[in-house]
Amino acid sequence: MGFLDIDQATKSYGAVKVLHETDISVEEGEFLVLVGPSGCGKSTLLNMIAGLEEVTTGDISIKGRSMNNVKPAERNIAMVFQSYALYPNMTVKGNISFGMEMQGVAKEERERKIAEVADLLQIGQLLDRKPGQLSGGQRQRVAMGRALTREPDVFLFDEPLSNLDAKLRVDMRTEIKKLHQKLGTTIVYVTHDQIEALTLSTRIAVMFGGYVQQLGTPKEIYDNPANMFVAGFMGSPSMNLFPARIVKADGVTAAEITLGNGGTATIPFDRPALTAHEGREIILGIRPEAITDRDGADRNSNAVHVVDAPVEITEPAGSDTFVVTQMGGKDVTARFRADVDVKAGDSFPFAFNMQKAVAFDPKTEDRIA
Amino acid sequence: MTTATKSGVNMGRMVLYAALVLFCIYYLLPLYVMVVNSLKPLSEITAGGMMSLPGDWTLAPWATAWSTAQIGVDATGLKPYFVNSLVMVVPAVALSTILGALNGYVLTKWEFKGATLIFGLILFGCFIPFQMVLIPMARMLGLVGLAGSVWGLVFVHLVYGIGFSTLYFRNYYAAFPTELVRAAQIDGAGFFTIFWRILLPSSGPIAVVCIIWQFTNIWNDFLFGASFSDFDSQPMTVALNNLVQSSTGVKEYNVHFAGAIMAALPTLLVYIVAGRYFVRGLMAGSVKG
Ligand SMILES: Nc1ncnc2c1ncn2[C@@H]1O[C@H](COP(=O)(O)OP(=O)(O)OP(=O)(O)O)[C@@H](O)[C@H]1O
Ligand SMILES: [Mg+2]
Repeated sequence: MGFLDIDQATKSYGAVKVLHETDISVEEGEFLVLVGPSGCGKSTLLNMIAGLEEVTTGDISIKGRSMNNVKPAERNIAMVFQSYALYPNMTVKGNISFGMEMQGVAKEERERKIAEVADLLQIGQLLDRKPGQLSGGQRQRVAMGRALTREPDVFLFDEPLSNLDAKLRVDMRTEIKKLHQKLGTTIVYVTHDQIEALTLSTRIAVMFGGYVQQLGTPKEIYDNPANMFVAGFMGSPSMNLFPARIVKADGVTAAEITLGNGGTATIPFDRPALTAHEGREIILGIRPEAITDRDGADRNSNAVHVVDAPVEITEPAGSDTFVVTQMGGKDVTARFRADVDVKAGDSFPFAFNMQKAVAFDPKTEDRIA
Repeated sequence: MTTATKSGVNMGRMVLYAALVLFCIYYLLPLYVMVVNSLKPLSEITAGGMMSLPGDWTLAPWATAWSTAQIGVDATGLKPYFVNSLVMVVPAVALSTILGALNGYVLTKWEFKGATLIFGLILFGCFIPFQMVLIPMARMLGLVGLAGSVWGLVFVHLVYGIGFSTLYFRNYYAAFPTELVRAAQIDGAGFFTIFWRILLPSSGPIAVVCIIWQFTNIWNDFLFGASFSDFDSQPMTVALNNLVQSSTGVKEYNVHFAGAIMAALPTLLVYIVAGRYFVRGLMAGSVKG
């Protein structure tokens, strides 16, 4: 029994099921991020928690109390919308105090709260302006201020940063994280930006097609993706996924890979679960930072294997150089140290840290090792 | 070369302006005729001077039309009927606008099963020809005891007006961000509070459009006024007709002209006062922000 429990909740519009049976249990003080591509049902789930959308079947409860027949205003939640949803006809002050007014908070108390929030978010000088006279970042702050006055059990954020420019987005991301650390309030946060998800969350639910594909800490999601979708969606540049054959070489299970020049390479890939797949094709998943130049390889790994492969393109990126080669017919990106002298057309030794590699079933796309 | 094109442009402009001025005169001519003739004695009109300015300026036709002209059987002038029209138009416009706004709010922000069907039916109501409802409506008004009263007319116009006002407000509110309504819901505002505090303050332009439209239609209506009113509840349009048609005595054209202007004045006034909002409101859907 968590603080916020989503129990077998589903959502259908007519015959279309946009959210399939979902179970998520959030502890008090957690920062849960719902991440996924457009249309996967993130907002729908958030709106169900808020009470703006009804739950078709299943249950959502906060602090052990079922919310199914509780109005949004009585759930003790606060929400920040993607468009900020500031009331255009009211001043910033009016916007912040509207909710308290509706809750019947006395005037002096409202004034005190407004001052407190304005101080926290540094919007004191904006209180008498209308939303139309604010910049995007300022509107964002006001929207947060409005949510903060409620001292809610749960904060709900629906892509609060997606309308900001890149720089401001990074700044506000840090501010939200600080705010969470300071207040310790439970947060459910929707985004389609996987970097936001990884940096902010204590746990992530990766969603796709109305299903939660995986629920876990950022590290679990990053290192142990449950399927190919999660592997490909999380991380930037994304994980390399390419076909390989499981073979037995010198008594050890290994992955046989077709190289860009038509040759093959065999890399030991010793996982008990793979013996059952001997002679069959799998999808090998390995992140760019686990394929390096020889000297850049992780010294603590006991499974670094070197493969000579032709270099197709190099992409210097300042601190690193991304090097692309062909494997199993796909572009595979490796991350070399910036000062490695490598040119397109060279055959070059690539060091694979197979400890970090994962394998997927090509048909079900589920993780097998 | 450049001067040549420049003078070419100027020539084009001049032709354009000349044409516009001509059209302007053409459109304003009837008003001119009405105003001049309402300000001269009858003898000048019958002498054939329709287009000329009054030789002897007088306000007497206006006074006659307003308070002493023979309308139907009584010599009351148009005054009581003007009052009738006002008593009819103000509540009919106010109520149909408010109900239209509420309908638009519910249809766009509280979607329910069958909302599109209901909106379709309301739209259909806009386009039912007036003549078709005359007899059923007369029977209805008789049944509820509103026949022959100004309140009966208010009711008829209200019913007819809701269709258009709903159409206006629904389309306007469809573009109003639903997230604002949701935010207000989370803030704890109820159905009417959201309408009153969040939607209505942003509805100025469309309300003006709706009011002008309803006011003009209801004030200018003749058919319902002629069908559902008694002598003492006739609106201005019907009374004006009676004034002009009255067969006794000589036709006092100057009085008729004055009466016609009186009947047109309120709608003219509404346009002048609210006209700029009217244009802005009609544009509101297409130009955002
Ligand atoms: N009122 C509705 N009727 C029918 N289908 C709907 C309705 N609202 C949403 N959907 C569908 O539900 C699915 C999930 O929508 P949702 O808004 O939750 O997506 P999302 O993950 O928030 O996407 P985005 O990142 O674009 O905001 C979509 O496929 C959408 O088309
Ligand atoms: Mg969304």
